[in-house]
Amino acid sequence: MSTLKLNVNGVEHTVEADPEMPLLWALRDIVGLTGTKYGCGEAYCGACTVHLDGMAVRSCITPVSAAAKQKVTTIEGLSNGGNHPLQKAWCELGVPQCGFCQPGQIMSAAALLDANPRPTDADIDKALGGNLCRCGCYQRIREAVHTAARQPAKGAAR
Amino acid sequence: MTAPAAVPELEVGRRFFVVALGGAVGGLVLGVRMAPPVEAQGGLASQLLPTHFVKIGADGIVTIVCSRSEMGQGIRSSLPFVLADELGADFARVAIVQGDADARYGDQNTDGSHSVKDFYDVMRLAGATARSMLSSAAAARWGVPAERLIVHDHAVHDPATGKKAGFGELAEAAAALPVPDAKTVTLRPDAELVKSRGPLPFVDGPAFVTGKAAYGADIRLPGMLTAVIARPPVVGGRVKSLDDTKALAVPGVRKVVRMPELELPAKFQPLGGVAVVADHTWAALQGRKALVVEWDNGPNAAYDSEAYRLTLHAAVNAPGKVAREVGDVEKALAGAARVLTAEYHVAHLVHTPMEPPAAVARVSAGSCELWAPSQDPQTAQKEVATALGIEPAKVTLHVTYLGGGFGRKSKPDFIVEAALLSKAAGAPVRVQWTREDDVQHGYYHAVSTQRIDAGLDAEQKLVAWRHRVASPSIGSTFDKKVDRAAGWELQGLNDLPLTAKAVRFESCEARAHVRIGWLRSVYNINHCFAAQSFIGELAAATGRDPKAVLLDTLGPARQLTAQEVGMKELENAPAGHPIDVGRLRHVIERVAEISGWDAARRAGKAVGIAAHRSFLSYIAAVVAASLDDKKQLRIDDVWMVADVGRMANADRVRSQMEGAVVFGLSLALYGRITAKEGAIQQKNFDDYPLVRIFEAPRTRVELVDSRAPHAGAGEPGVPPIAPALANAIFALTGKRLREIPFARAL
Repeated sequence: MSTLKLNVNGVEHTVEADPEMPLLWALRDIVGLTGTKYGCGEAYCGACTVHLDGMAVRSCITPVSAAAKQKVTTIEGLSNGGNHPLQKAWCELGVPQCGFCQPGQIMSAAALLDANPRPTDADIDKALGGNLCRCGCYQRIREAVHTAARQPAKGAAR
Repeated sequence: MTAPAAVPELEVGRRFFVVALGGAVGGLVLGVRMAPPVEAQGGLASQLLPTHFVKIGADGIVTIVCSRSEMGQGIRSSLPFVLADELGADFARVAIVQGDADARYGDQNTDGSHSVKDFYDVMRLAGATARSMLSSAAAARWGVPAERLIVHDHAVHDPATGKKAGFGELAEAAAALPVPDAKTVTLRPDAELVKSRGPLPFVDGPAFVTGKAAYGADIRLPGMLTAVIARPPVVGGRVKSLDDTKALAVPGVRKVVRMPELELPAKFQPLGGVAVVADHTWAALQGRKALVVEWDNGPNAAYDSEAYRLTLHAAVNAPGKVAREVGDVEKALAGAARVLTAEYHVAHLVHTPMEPPAAVARVSAGSCELWAPSQDPQTAQKEVATALGIEPAKVTLHVTYLGGGFGRKSKPDFIVEAALLSKAAGAPVRVQWTREDDVQHGYYHAVSTQRIDAGLDAEQKLVAWRHRVASPSIGSTFDKKVDRAAGWELQGLNDLPLTAKAVRFESCEARAHVRIGWLRSVYNINHCFAAQSFIGELAAATGRDPKAVLLDTLGPARQLTAQEVGMKELENAPAGHPIDVGRLRHVIERVAEISGWDAARRAGKAVGIAAHRSFLSYIAAVVAASLDDKKQLRIDDVWMVADVGRMANADRVRSQMEGAVVFGLSLALYGRITAKEGAIQQKNFDDYPLVRIFEAPRTRVELVDSRAPHAGAGEPGVPPIAPALANAIFALTGKRLREIPFARAL
């Protein structure tokens, strides 16, 4: 067990944990932020995506100790009250079905837009290729990323 | 592990920058309800309660209970607004709460695509009842006849005097009135229900996109422990020996609990095994890894799904039990100018909802409180009561959001596990299934082998269709004697329209060796794949347009009768829902139109078509496929036309259809669960892949503006996708794929 300082959404937390504990479980079970989801534990599905110093990472395979010196941003810290353009576009276009994968989808998309404010369909497919959606919301996800980027969505085209 | 996690072998970029840091959140979340409890909306005394579905507070807030589970179909954004519109409420002043398990809501089993079909009228009546009571209260206050009052915009109005009173002002007086008999309550004319026909509020959108929506896995209670379970690798297996010394030494592990042994048939019982109960998930996982368990694999230890394929193959090559018969099919086949034969196979599938099963239980002195993503809360309540030996009334079950269901969460085994472990631990316990648990200990979609023999006369007209199915029954999960699919499990075959004068459907023996369970669209997946692929084969064999052959095979617009079908009575045709071939033909003709079918074929494009009636709805799909520059299959477009009857929320129906395309493509391309020595061989999304965003085609959905009664929307979109793709692949490559998944043959 180690005592680690974790900066999550701008707040310092002192966390007593096995340094190998994945950041996902530290966030969910110790810090108490459950917006970041467990979907596979092996970085196949992207439901656990958070930002480490702005980089989209899979928190399910990131040891909490590796996150200790960086700024962690979770879906709860992405915006004030859900007003990130992606969150607004997601609601406007009715993207989510069950909603479970959407925090991860949005965190991946937010990192994409920070790096590339005008992504093409190919850019979106690449950046979100690691985020599974079992409900199959992909077409609306693409449209919503375009909407958020204030780029005229090319219909349903990719 | 010291570096941040790299994303493995996927084409995913992740070199990105900081976003603005948001608000401070800390401490443990006690997030147990989806919306503020009803009590928070105003004192109970001031609330109108004309039925169990709606309450109106003195503050005017109309609280509507959604008694059906929300798993992505958008039911919380659909049914409650039917009630609200009938009532005359301002949608902005409506709050939706999720109903606990409670028989007073009637059926709560959110399975089989019937929420809107069965509850649309209930919602109308509840809304009209509340409206009638508000009118009566206003009439008494103003001393005027209630009949001349009208209700809209959250108020009762008297057109004669111009007076109006808001719902909040009237709630207390209305609550004191007797609830009128349903027979005396008048519904609004449909023409008045304008608002619920337009775009409806997406009530859960904000919670979904901010991480605030609490799923089963997100419930946190004071003193709660987390458990993971090492389950027997084979269904019906048991623990032979256990050494838990190392597990108990893992920091954070509190307890190791032997689960009760499973007695077959499995039903909804937990699978048994050994649970590790810990302070948090990571400790529980580490503890489970440290268990040393020797298993006795039990009666299913020899199950080998590859060997089983040969068993099913042999089964369909001999007569089975006749389920549907018209004419003399053997004679017709013998006399046919030409006989075509094909055999199809669909592997076991598993649900993999993005949220693996998880549930929270708090057992205390003779009662139990549960929070669970349940599709069937009343069954879960009963199963927990039985397992704990208490009355169902002592079991409270709060339904959380479901992070996908697809039929998995209608089985409450995981909820019973939580209850048993809370009792054993003397503390609230959350059971968390890992993805590996979910894939390896599921209820599996029935594997299926089918053989179809069709006879054509000298004019290439279909004269005989003999269809044999060998597929284990869901019934086998509840009764060991059940040895084959029967009755409703022949869905999609027992209502398949065919012009052939001689038809026979037979179900052949197929014993189950894993838990067989419902998975979105159920047996329709298998049956639609075989029948619609075979119709494609008929077209190829006769050199005709597949769309024309499909229409000719189904025959003219008509309603099927039991006599024509060849059954004592029709299945899948409850009152108001005849098997209407005209509706099926219409969606086929429309999808050909919107996909530019004829032009695409003339231009040499690879397109495939399929259509199916299931869950009382009619769907047709066209898939367009091509080869990319690396000669890899690329699915470019899917067009779908859906006639689901009337709709409560067209946008959510549309999103179900869009999702069904992806679900259908996932199973068609990749869906394959196999077993060796009784144990499931797949583990996670690496060996049970799903379609990803870069594989998802452009999808266009047309919803038929139908005045037929409400029918299913969640499931019927799935079945036509696999055969439409198989038919497109045939058009593209000349290769006929008769086995799901296709990726193995591509």
